[in-house]
Amino acid sequence: MKAFTYERATSAKEAASAAVRTPGAKFIAGGTNLLDLMKLQIETPQHLIDVNDLGLDKITHTSEGGLRVGALVRNTDLAADARVRKDYGVLSRALVSGASGQLRNKATTAGNLLQRTRCPYFYDTTKPCNKRQPGSGCAAIGGFNRNLAIMGTSEACIATHPSDMAVAMRVVDATVETVNAAGETRAIPIADFHRLPGATPNIETSLAPGELITAVTLPKPIGGTHIYQKVRDRASYAFALISVAAVIQPGGRGRLAFGGLAHKPWRVEAAEAQMPNGAKATASAVLAGARTTSQNAFKLPLVERTIGAVFEEAKALRP
Amino acid sequence: MHHDETFPVSRRGVIAGGVASATLAAAPVAQAQTQDQVQGTTQPAPPTMPVTLKVNGRTTKLNVDTRTTLLDALRENLKLTGTKKGCDHGQCGACTVIVEGRRINSCLTLAVMHEGEEITTIEGLGTPEKLHAMQAAFVKHDGYQCGYCTPGQICSAVATLGEIKAGIPSHVTGDIAAQPTVSTDELRERMSGNICRCGAYSNIIDAIHDVAGTERTA
Repeated sequence: MKAFTYERATSAKEAASAAVRTPGAKFIAGGTNLLDLMKLQIETPQHLIDVNDLGLDKITHTSEGGLRVGALVRNTDLAADARVRKDYGVLSRALVSGASGQLRNKATTAGNLLQRTRCPYFYDTTKPCNKRQPGSGCAAIGGFNRNLAIMGTSEACIATHPSDMAVAMRVVDATVETVNAAGETRAIPIADFHRLPGATPNIETSLAPGELITAVTLPKPIGGTHIYQKVRDRASYAFALISVAAVIQPGGRGRLAFGGLAHKPWRVEAAEAQMPNGAKATASAVLAGARTTSQNAFKLPLVERTIGAVFEEAKALRP
Repeated sequence: MHHDETFPVSRRGVIAGGVASATLAAAPVAQAQTQDQVQGTTQPAPPTMPVTLKVNGRTTKLNVDTRTTLLDALRENLKLTGTKKGCDHGQCGACTVIVEGRRINSCLTLAVMHEGEEITTIEGLGTPEKLHAMQAAFVKHDGYQCGYCTPGQICSAVATLGEIKAGIPSHVTGDIAAQPTVSTDELRERMSGNICRCGAYSNIIDAIHDVAGTERTA
């Protein structure tokens, strides 16, 4: 790990200011992803701004009837919150399907959104990676890419976003709240928060330098049957091959968002009109424009079958 | 534990002695390198920070390189070597300790991030004379072979039962809104962040069931 200086911030605005004025600064909250990457020298911050003391660890009601989840609410606490379990079951389900108990106890809501890809070539510093070293190339295209993206990819990058939580945030249409060094706040719809790789896969979110996430707000509950179906190589403590976050209403209409398919949680609102027509019609609308490799083409039928399983589960769960 | 009387030199003592001899043999090289670095003086000393750690009820003030993980502070600074370093990347769970009542991977957190927090390691759960119930259950059910992952397994197991009691759901909890119960499926899922290369999983589950007062359900 490269040497760094460290400070504990006492206000969100101060943290954002420190991040702007200090060269090579990064925020640290749970640290479970950042420290791992620092040990491998994939991340080499010169200064860490510890944001754990900012008091952003509460879940409160919003005037719109939703919930405001503080940026520092731990994944365990968000999953266990009685209001989340009752009204946003898909979010609880997604959270507990990710990582291990130890990691969920430390990982935060904002940090989960900001976690980096688990593409093996991003981790292998002996190989080119446009995300780790812009302009160096992509070893994953033509490499071992069984678990990589099939939607929204570019010639520069086929990495996936690893989060389960973010997929559920996308299906409930959460909003990311931020503050910058000037004290200005911003609300970013989750759909616009993560970016597709394009020619700059190193830029993963719409955050400006130094902009700090303060909360994620969940809109008013939309009811329906909440399901998070994650398909992976082992039953626990593994990243998704694909995952489906679903909120399904009586009559079979609803919303679907997908993990393991793209550089961001993947949702095609137009495809949701196909849901009453079944899994095949829905999957083909979701997967329009897919670009697969010989190793990850299995994700196409896997998406269709998993949508089918989700529809069946929704029928079985409906009272 | 009679081996201390029979064998005055402990295994740890032999290992530490071996390392010391190796260091001694390499000393001239190490000194030469240090002198080179001093003469070059291009590298500033790495930043250090004071931190007060409260481990197993004992408060210690340390001055650590900011890069020091909680795991390394426990093992190298406080000489609490019960907590083990396995993968050092949060994948194996050997470094699991309990901080402010929650189990975490001590390898993926910095010592300076735990100012004043209550930290419990395997040494704080029980002693050889007075084992914690979970330690006794691991012995009774043979919940280990080589023992390297065991301190992490035991800290994780103790916290797991606490998490179920606190109503924290898991991936296998049937009704996500309901109070979870201690079942074999729940224990397997919740302990998945602790890897045992010897494969003592089945006996580990038996040990945790024993402490919880529950029966194997699968």
